[in-house]
This record gives sequence, C-alpha cells and structure tokens, in this order.
Amino acid sequence: MASLSSIAVGLVVGMIVLLFFDAAHAFSGMGKIIATGVSTLPKFAKVLYQAAPLIMTGLSVGFAFKTGLFNIGASGQYTLGAAFALICALVFKTPWYVSLLAAMIGGAIWGAIPGICNAFFNVNEVITSIMFNWIGLFTVNLMFSNMTGYLDVGNRTLPITAAYVIPKLGLNEAFNSSYMNISIFIAVVCAVIIWIVLTKTTFGYELRACGHNRNASVYAGINARRNIILSMLISGALAGIGGGIFYLNGTTQYTIEKLLLDMGFNGIPVALLATSHPLGTIFSALFISYIQVGGEAMQPVFVTEIIDIIVAVIIYLAAFALLMRGLIGRFIKADTGNVNAEAEPDAPATGKDNTAREGNGK
Amino acid sequence: MSGEFKLIADILSATILFAVPLLLVAMGGMFSERSGVVNIALEGIMLIGALAGTLTLRAFNLGSFGPAHPQLGMLIAILVSALCGSVFSLLLAFASINLRADQTIGGTALNMLAPAVAIVLTWAIQGQGQTTILLPNWIRITPAALGMTPNAQSFFQYFAFKSFYLTFPAAVVLFIAGTMLLYKTRFGLRLRSCGEHPQAADSVGINVYRMRYAGVAISGILGGVGGLAYTVAAGSAFQSTVMGYGFLALAVMIFGNWKPLNILGAAVFFALFKVISSMSGSIPFLPSFPSIKSSEYIYLMLPYIVTMVILVLTSRKSRAPKAEGIPYDKGAR
Repeated sequence: MASLSSIAVGLVVGMIVLLFFDAAHAFSGMGKIIATGVSTLPKFAKVLYQAAPLIMTGLSVGFAFKTGLFNIGASGQYTLGAAFALICALVFKTPWYVSLLAAMIGGAIWGAIPGICNAFFNVNEVITSIMFNWIGLFTVNLMFSNMTGYLDVGNRTLPITAAYVIPKLGLNEAFNSSYMNISIFIAVVCAVIIWIVLTKTTFGYELRACGHNRNASVYAGINARRNIILSMLISGALAGIGGGIFYLNGTTQYTIEKLLLDMGFNGIPVALLATSHPLGTIFSALFISYIQVGGEAMQPVFVTEIIDIIVAVIIYLAAFALLMRGLIGRFIKADTGNVNAEAEPDAPATGKDNTAREGNGK
Repeated sequence: MSGEFKLIADILSATILFAVPLLLVAMGGMFSERSGVVNIALEGIMLIGALAGTLTLRAFNLGSFGPAHPQLGMLIAILVSALCGSVFSLLLAFASINLRADQTIGGTALNMLAPAVAIVLTWAIQGQGQTTILLPNWIRITPAALGMTPNAQSFFQYFAFKSFYLTFPAAVVLFIAGTMLLYKTRFGLRLRSCGEHPQAADSVGINVYRMRYAGVAISGILGGVGGLAYTVAAGSAFQSTVMGYGFLALAVMIFGNWKPLNILGAAVFFALFKVISSMSGSIPFLPSFPSIKSSEYIYLMLPYIVTMVILVLTSRKSRAPKAEGIPYDKGAR
C-alpha cells in the first residue's frame, strides 16, 4: 500500500513536470508513459525483456540489504557478468546455460571482493563497490579492446550466433519481437529461489540476523565474517546473471564506453520500491521497466529523464512511507481509544532493518 | 621554458584544479557525517550546485554584467551554488532527521533526482535537445586581471594562471573556515558530539535535530560549491553529470578518516593519480604497454586501485562517527 501511494504521488509529480514543460502535450505525454507498455505486443515484450535484468540487479541490491550491506556495486558486477557471458558465447562458443553460469561467476567474484574487504579489512563496502564499479568497467573495456576479431565498428561486440543465445521457445514469434526470450522466467525463478533461501533456510536466517544486529548475531554464534562475504558473493552473482541474460539474447551488443552501466544502479530503486522483498522485486522491476518503455515513447517532445524524476520521487517517498503508515496506524488506534505501546512506529519496519549503516561494526 | 617544466606545471596545476572539488565535497560529507547523518547524496548535491552555478553564469553572460565584472559574477555564481546545494540537501535532512527515514535510501533518491532535474531544466531553459550549458570564457583569472604583466616565459605565471579560477581561493577560505568551525568553536564541538553520542548531547541541552540540520546544510553549501568547482575543472560546459565525483569524495572522506587535514591530503593524492591517469599519453616516463591495445584503461583504473590498496592497508585504524546513520529518536535512551 505504501509503495502504491508513493507511485501515485510520483506520477502526479511527473504530470506537474510535464505540464510545466509543455502544457499542450502534457496529457498525451502522460498517456504515453501509462499506456505504451501494453499498447502493442512488441512494446510489452520490451518491458519484459528489460524487466528481467532489473529483477536480477534488484534482487542483488535487496539481498545485500537483508544482510545490512549496501551493494552499490551492482553496476560493476553486472558489467563483469555481461563480459564473462559474452566471452564464453563469442570466443569459447559454449551453450547459453554455460555462458550464464560464467556470468554468475564473474559477478560473484566482483561481489566477493567488497565482501572480503569489509569482513577482514574493515573497509566500508559502499566505497569498495563504488571503486570496483570503475575498476570492473575499465577491466572489461580493456579485455574487449584486446579481443581482435570480436568487435565491429563503433566498438561493439559482434552479435552472438543464434545457437548460443538464450532460447526463445517461439516466444519471439508469439510477441513479434526479437527481444523476447525466456529470460524473464529465469529471473522470476531466481527471485523465488532467493525468497526461499532468505525465509525458509537456516542460512537465510543467519544472513538476516547479521543484518539486524551484527554484534548480537556474533554473540549467538553466527560467523558474521563468513556471512558478509557470502552475502556479497551471492549478491554479485545475481547481478552477474542479470548482465548475462541482458546480453545473451542475440540482438543486444555490448558497447565499450567510459560510463558505468545504468542497469546496475536501477537495481537500487527496484529493491527499495520492493522493500527488498524478493517476490516484490519482480513487480517493482516490471513497473520501472514499464514506465521506462513509456518514457522512451514520449521522445522527442519530452526528455526521458522525466521518468527518473518520477522514480526518484517515488523512492524518496518510499523512504519514509513505511514510517508514515506506522503513524497513521497509531492515529487510528488512538482514535478508537486502544492505545497500544507495540504499535509504535519505531518497531523495525521492513524498510528500516535494511539500513546499510556505514558505522556498522566499527 | 623547457618541455619538462611545462609538463610538471601542467600536472601540478591540473592536480590542484581537480583536488579543489574533491576537497570541498569531502569536507561537506565530513560535516554531515560528524553530525550523524550519512550523506550519500553528495553526488546529487554537487550536480544541483553545478547546475545553479552554470545557469547563473549563463545569465550573466547573456547580459553585459558578466564580461564587465567577471570575478564578481563568478563570486555570485559560487554563492548561488552554495545556496542551491544547501536547499537541496535540506530534502535529505528533512527525510532523515524529521521523518527518521533511512538515510541511505533518501540519499539515493536525491542522487537519482538531481541529474534528472538537471537535464530537464537544461532542456526547458535552453530549448529542445540542448543538453549542455556552456561556461563563459571570462571566468578564468588572467595575470592581467591581477595587474601583472603577462610573461609567457615565467614558470610561475604559466603554472599559476593556466587554470586559475575563483573556486580555488574560495576553497582555501572554506577549508580553513571549516576546520576552524569544526575544532575551534562551541558549535563544532556540539556538532561532533551529536555524531558520537546524540543522547548524551541532548542530555546537556543541545538540540540534536538542529545540529544535524546544520551539519547537512553545511555539507550542502560545500557540496554545491564543489559541484561548480568540478564543472569549471572538467571542461567548458556543464553536461548534467559530475562523473561520480560525489562518490569519490565519499571515498576521500573515509580515506581522510573524517578529519580535515587528512582529507586535504587524500584529495590532493587522489587528484594527482586522476591527473596522471588522464594525461598518461603525454607523460614520457610512464610505461606505455605497447603490446596491449587501449592501454589508457590501465591508467584510468589506477586511481581506484591505489585508493583500494591504501584503504585496505590503513582502514584498521579508521573510525567513523559512532552515531552515524542512526536516526535520533528522543524517546529511545
């Protein structure tokens, strides 16, 4: 509910921006944001195609949040995953599942490094992962630049042969879009697995315990260091898979650029909007992907960045929406004359226990 | 003047040029975090400051005011940057202090909001498709403006005036003032106490909320000026990005152990590596790795790798403000 009301307010703010920008076209612009995603099957296919890696990076960020870590390095892990997958598919000609496994390993390595730095050297994972975003990007660029015969003009990797891409199972014909394949299902399966790991296993419980209070969990006999490294490793692996499924579809080519890839950063709003819940991530990724596709459709009358404003407003509101709900809940309780001390808003709301605290354990 | 001297002068002046935004923004982060608020929104604050400053300069350039009074115009632009940066940072303060929302999430939202606002505003003001705001060329301080005779042979003049902008003296003043404020005033002591033990501070009558607001607002001022300083350093136009400098400044702040002098050292150190990496092609004594294509990426990675190594080696001693990131709740003692 809290997320839904933030979304509504976010869209209203977007509308105001559109009106301020160009009042004559504002309503048609908003209409495009809201309707494009379902207007045609190819557009819907694009929503699904972009949502798949967003689910993965969202899961990545959310998983780390659950252990009290802020993985801002999903972009680097995603880039590494994409590179490992592409190298496997292009150079070693491996089947798609092997390439995807390689993507997972690439992301996992890049995620584990900040975890190790945090656990053993007391270096804050936020800083490490920011640094490793850049190191990863430049490493990948360096690798691709030196792979003669695999780049076309414009510094893009060559398209992957149909035999090595993620299977489409006829979905591309059903949706009339070359983007469509089973990646969205892979992502959903990953989300379910993560949900089961976090909520139904001892390991998941230990991870969440570390997130709630590291000292208490150490006192209870949980190996906090191991959990931090594992959490970052899994988080990185998830982002890596995201990179893999985005680039293994045969139509998308990796371009060598000097800017970090947005997909990894977009995982942050996806995770926040879903309050880090793995299953919620599916829906928030679909939503973000949906309005992004809508935003592309309003060009050239409007800038696509209006979408970013909408998302940012939603996240800003979501940051305290849970708290507001607690306040409203207390207000209603007070109204009915049933004041209960446990209804205090400070009781750890889902959004709050995910806090990545910089001062943790120092 | 010989080639080597020229190169050294180039490297040194570029280092100073890029150290200024890092220093200012990292100082800003320090004020916010020492008051107990994690400020991950520095990147966004820089952007808003840069946007406001360049828009001001653009307005002056359209009229006759700018070319007639270049440094007064620049000073006003710096003040506008500071003001807008601090107003923007109040969004973070409001969410994290009054509403006790998660500081990282609020900051991330602001980081997303800032570039979007910058692009939309740039487009709205300059017309469709115009995504850059050009900086006027009169903002650079020339020897003539200070009453010196331009002398192409003088090492000092070449070094000092190659890229001399009002942001540099402003940074010197702000750095000294900031250090004094933090360590030599009652306000600074109170601010620091709120970042270490807000309950204790509150018990002796300090208004924790107000102190934290002040900390965040100061970080907004420094971040905003830093944003303008970055744009001036980076090139001739504002392109709605500060290229991750806000995050780098966070690293500089941690590297500098939340202390002004260490932050100064860290900023200069990091800027030096940044400059070496971007000028790697023209520095003769660096190895050029002829067998590797696009070896510039190795140098582009260098500053980050060096920072990582140093952080790993030194961070055992690093100590963040204790109450950082925890919303202060009067009821919880």
